[in-house]
Amino acid sequence: MTAKTKVPAIEGWFTTDPDHPALLGSQCTSCQAIFFPRETSFCRNPDCLGREFAEIELSRRGTIWSFTDNRYQPPPPYMSPDPFVPYMIAAVELEAEQMVVLGQIEPGVELADLHAGMPVELVLGTLYEDDEHEYQVWKWRPIPDAAAATTEGGTR
Amino acid sequence: MSADHEVAILGVGMHPWGKWGRNFVEYGIVAAQQALTDAGLEWSDIQFVAGADTIRNGYPGFIAGATFSQALGWKGNRVASCYAACASGAQALNIARAQILAGLCDVAMVIGADTTPKGFFAPVGGDRPDDPDWLRFRLLGATNPTYFALYARRRMERYGATVDDFARVRAKNSRHGAANPNARYPKEFSEAEVLASPVVAEPLTLLEICATSDGAAAIILTSKEFARTRTTEPVKIAAISTITPTYPQTILELPGFATDAAVGLTPPDRPFRDAIAHAAYEEAGIGPDDLDLAEVYDLSSALELDWYENIGLCPEGEAERLLRDGDTEIGGRIPVNPSGGLACFGEAIPAQAIAQVCELTWQVRGDAAGRQVEGARAGLTVNQGLFGHGSSVIVTR
Repeated sequence: MTAKTKVPAIEGWFTTDPDHPALLGSQCTSCQAIFFPRETSFCRNPDCLGREFAEIELSRRGTIWSFTDNRYQPPPPYMSPDPFVPYMIAAVELEAEQMVVLGQIEPGVELADLHAGMPVELVLGTLYEDDEHEYQVWKWRPIPDAAAATTEGGTR
Repeated sequence: MSADHEVAILGVGMHPWGKWGRNFVEYGIVAAQQALTDAGLEWSDIQFVAGADTIRNGYPGFIAGATFSQALGWKGNRVASCYAACASGAQALNIARAQILAGLCDVAMVIGADTTPKGFFAPVGGDRPDDPDWLRFRLLGATNPTYFALYARRRMERYGATVDDFARVRAKNSRHGAANPNARYPKEFSEAEVLASPVVAEPLTLLEICATSDGAAAIILTSKEFARTRTTEPVKIAAISTITPTYPQTILELPGFATDAAVGLTPPDRPFRDAIAHAAYEEAGIGPDDLDLAEVYDLSSALELDWYENIGLCPEGEAERLLRDGDTEIGGRIPVNPSGGLACFGEAIPAQAIAQVCELTWQVRGDAAGRQVEGARAGLTVNQGLFGHGSSVIVTR
């Protein structure tokens, strides 16, 4: 059996470096405001008339602002496996950008292991598959508190 | 805002909430006729119709003002139709108010009705990778309850709220709504029953998440001068807030993937939900201490607690204390959701903000049998629609 080709579930939202993936934002070259998902036509800062944007990578690490799970199958266009597999979602604060970004939590984590303020890092994971492809999306991977204390880097 | 900018509520009507499975127009006509009867007016007296749209019922839903006018009988009145998600009803009220205050008409009908599908609200059909509402389902599987649960968990983490507090909100609202003839779920639930219902999105159970309902509400809005020819003490609308957020919007909002990035920017004086009510208070020239009751948008049990703080009933982090002290129960200092709220109704999107105002009207008239807030003279509604729609209405007598 040949391995399925990994492709992003959406183009231009994140880099696909398997070791150091990052969300792709845009930054207004006039006022430096940051946008995710990317804004590329008009700056949304009401005090800015900027129309040019640089692509930037957002912080790969953040801390949990809040979290939950989903125990019932959502309607399409969510591409659910059959049978449905529950999943968790976290809202994660990025300190450098001062923003909160949603993402699914990587599978294999227990809800009881999560708490607000817990450090997480961005990884790529499977959103859904077809016969040839594995469609990837960003997910948050909790960093155990002890490991976070010893591994500097990222945004903390 | 001065009393010169007040308009009168001469009549209100509702079709009971439920899952009736009929065409939304039928419900709207029942509500419209009830409101006309309540006002002592005929359809021929209505000069302007503001319809709140529904996006899940085909073309007639997108042009609600004309749809209801045709159903009641074309007679050449002027119409407007508007959509602002859950805030659509407040927008329709605001449109009708502006017509009256501009002197363009004296008597207007504001109306909204919906027929809803079963289960989670899904985005409108088709492949639309440019629509954030489509993308949040596709890329995250983030349903509406996902967002409600994120807010609920935040209260637990930040203020020490417990699942018992959330269940207490639901139990309170079930007691309020038990005698409401328009409620879909007029049934009392104990806190234990709420906690025993299946978890949908931790920490929220099925009983704590607003259902999707069929229903309709209508209001006859008139100039104060016209109202005085019909009644000695008209019910008045003192304020309608329909504000958007202010950039940078730092609170995660449905259906977004992220907040605005605030680095290098000054966040607004008030977070969005606080600003919605603040704008209404400023317009009415009153404050939270002047209220006798409030109807807030309890999309989840936990969200009701957020609203206590957002509308200034208590400082941030103290909503659980207010609830535990019984202040927000009928008979308490400031009853919240005496109608039973969304917990007992479920949501009929274009009708819901109008229904909130119907409840305040019955309350300040003393007509809310079985759930009356004694001596109610002033009330506030608050609500928030997807994609940055604030909605708050102050009703006084």
